[in-house]
Amino acid sequence: MKRQLAIVLLSASTLILPATLWAADPAAGAAGWTKEYPQADGSAARSCVTCHGRDLTQPGRQANTGKVIEPMAPSVNSQRLTDPAKIEKWLTRNCRWTLGRECTAGEKADFIAYIKTQ
Amino acid sequence: MNPFPFKSVLTLLLSGTLAMGSAHLAFADDDDDDDERGREKSGWFDSRETLAPVVNATYSEECGACHMAYQPGLLPPQAWAQIMTPDALANHYGDDASLSEALRTEISAFLGANATDVAQQMAPSGASNAGAASGSLPRITESTDFKREHDEIPARLVTGNPEVGSFSQCNACHRKAAEGNYDERWIDIPGHGPWKD
Repeated sequence: MKRQLAIVLLSASTLILPATLWAADPAAGAAGWTKEYPQADGSAARSCVTCHGRDLTQPGRQANTGKVIEPMAPSVNSQRLTDPAKIEKWLTRNCRWTLGRECTAGEKADFIAYIKTQ
Repeated sequence: MNPFPFKSVLTLLLSGTLAMGSAHLAFADDDDDDDERGREKSGWFDSRETLAPVVNATYSEECGACHMAYQPGLLPPQAWAQIMTPDALANHYGDDASLSEALRTEISAFLGANATDVAQQMAPSGASNAGAASGSLPRITESTDFKREHDEIPARLVTGNPEVGSFSQCNACHRKAAEGNYDERWIDIPGHGPWKD
């Protein structure tokens, strides 16, 4: 009985866990977009909004340099999400800068899924 | 007869001919006017006011994505080497500017190769001491040459100017900075105008 239960649980988790880890969820990406992360060095809390803004169809502004960042929404900027190397580079940099760590594959997939809907 | 008027006429004619000659030279040039200015520079202007333009597409793309792609000649090679280590790029003046190893290698090589000659020119006055003392990353704005050139500029025109914000935004006032031209005649400070030393 115990053994059976263990097998059932194990097979269930192998089926479900990868799905929850890898399925891209635009809603989770949207929530992650505005989530603020306090900074260890005492600087103001950061989120994606800090530089990209809340409305992805509008341009943003880099918080340090003031440089204008073209809109992230593919609906107004067809260049977005077209270059996998560029996506990976910026997700790596921006997760480290904002969250203080690299994002998981799932978090990145969620952000991409969210941006795609914009 | 006083030979003076004759001499004056001769001088006038001669300078007129020279002027026409150089005007012809300038207008006959099919290239944009940078070439012409470059030629003037080597004559009687401080050669430091023009720097080799940025010629590496990867450098322009990767570094120019966030800020002006500063001419490699603005820092000595050892300073670029410090800036371009993986650790330094991960904390690049407060930003994460991490690059793939392939890009980092290519850009480092470009910066190193093009920094050399100007570094020699700047070394005695101390671009080499640009920020090195504190263990922090070198800064173009910390070099002795940079400070001397900008010591009379009031802070309100730069750091207190929302359209400029920082001395690191060369191109906000030096309108041809991206082309490596820092000549005084192309200075236009937002909300202020030209600047004459």
